[in-house]
Amino acid sequence: MTAIAPDPTGPGRSAAASGPGAAGAGPATTGSPGSRALGIAALAAVALATLYGLALSPADVEMGDLVRLMYVHVPSATACYLGCFITTAASGLWLWKRTPGWDVLAGAGAELGLLFVVITLVTGSLWGRPTWGTYWTWDARLTSTALLAVLLVGYLALRRLDLDPDARSARVPILGLLLMPNVFIVSRSVEWWRSLHQRATITTLHPQIEGDLMVALMTGFLAVTLVFAWLLLHRFRVGWLEYQAQRLDLDQALDARRSEAGAGASRPTGDEEVAK
Amino acid sequence: MTHVGYVAVTWGLSFVLIGGYALTLVARGRKLSRQVPPEARRWS
Repeated sequence: MTAIAPDPTGPGRSAAASGPGAAGAGPATTGSPGSRALGIAALAAVALATLYGLALSPADVEMGDLVRLMYVHVPSATACYLGCFITTAASGLWLWKRTPGWDVLAGAGAELGLLFVVITLVTGSLWGRPTWGTYWTWDARLTSTALLAVLLVGYLALRRLDLDPDARSARVPILGLLLMPNVFIVSRSVEWWRSLHQRATITTLHPQIEGDLMVALMTGFLAVTLVFAWLLLHRFRVGWLEYQAQRLDLDQALDARRSEAGAGASRPTGDEEVAK
Repeated sequence: MTHVGYVAVTWGLSFVLIGGYALTLVARGRKLSRQVPPEARRWS
C-alpha cells in the first residue's frame, strides 16, 4: 500500500513548485498502464460472459431461460459482499493505522457495495416475478439484503456529512465495521429462517449445477470480479484525488491567512503615524 | 428463448448501471486530476 501513503512533501509545497493541474508530469486521469490492462481483461471477460450467458448456456430443465438471470444476479451479490468486506477490513485498518488511504479504500468499497447491492435487488426482483409471482416479498434473504443496502446508504451519507474530523474518524469506521456482520446475516438467512429464496448453489462440495450452466456462471463471476477490481481501482484513485484536493484547499487557505496576518503586523500603527 | 423480456431487462439494466457508474468515475477522475499537482497522482 505504498501508493496510498500521504505525500511527505505536502500538496501545498508541491503545488507551489509545479502548479495544480500542471501538464506533462503525469496523466490527468485516474488511468495507468496497469489499470488499462485490467480494463481490457475485464471487457474481454464481459464479452465471454455475455456469450456464454445469453447464447452458449442451455436453458435449465426447471427454470428454462430464466437461468440466464442467475449469471448476473449471483456474481453481483458476491461483488456486493466483497465491497462490504473491503469496507470493514479497511475501516479496521484505518482505526489501527490512521493512514488516510485506508479511509479512502473503505469509502470506495462501500460505494461499489451499494452499486452491486442495487443490481442484486433489481435483478432478484426481476427473477422473482416469473418464479414466485411477485417482484418483492418480505422474505428473510430479501429483507436482510434490503437492510444491507440501507446500511450502505447510511454509511455513505455519514461520510459526506460535514463533521468535526475527530467525530468523523470515530463514527464512520464504526459503521463500516458493522457491514460484514450484516453480510453474514444475509448469507445465513436462508439457513436460519424459512425462505422462498433457494439455498447456496455452489458453495457446497456438491454443487447443484454442472456442465455449461456452471461454466456460464463461472465466466459471470470472472467478469464481475474483473469489473469490480477495475472500478475499485478507479474509485480509490478518485477518492485519493478528493483527499489531496481538500488538503490543497486547506493549505492554500492557511497560507492566505498567514500572509494576511503578516501584512497586518508590518503595517505601521496609528501611534507611529502620529509620531512621524 | 422464454422470458426474453426479463432476461433482456436484467442484462441491459446491469450493463447500463455499471457502464454509467464507470463513465462517471472516469469523468470525476479527469476533473479532479486537473485540480491537484502531478505529484499527487502516484500512479503515473
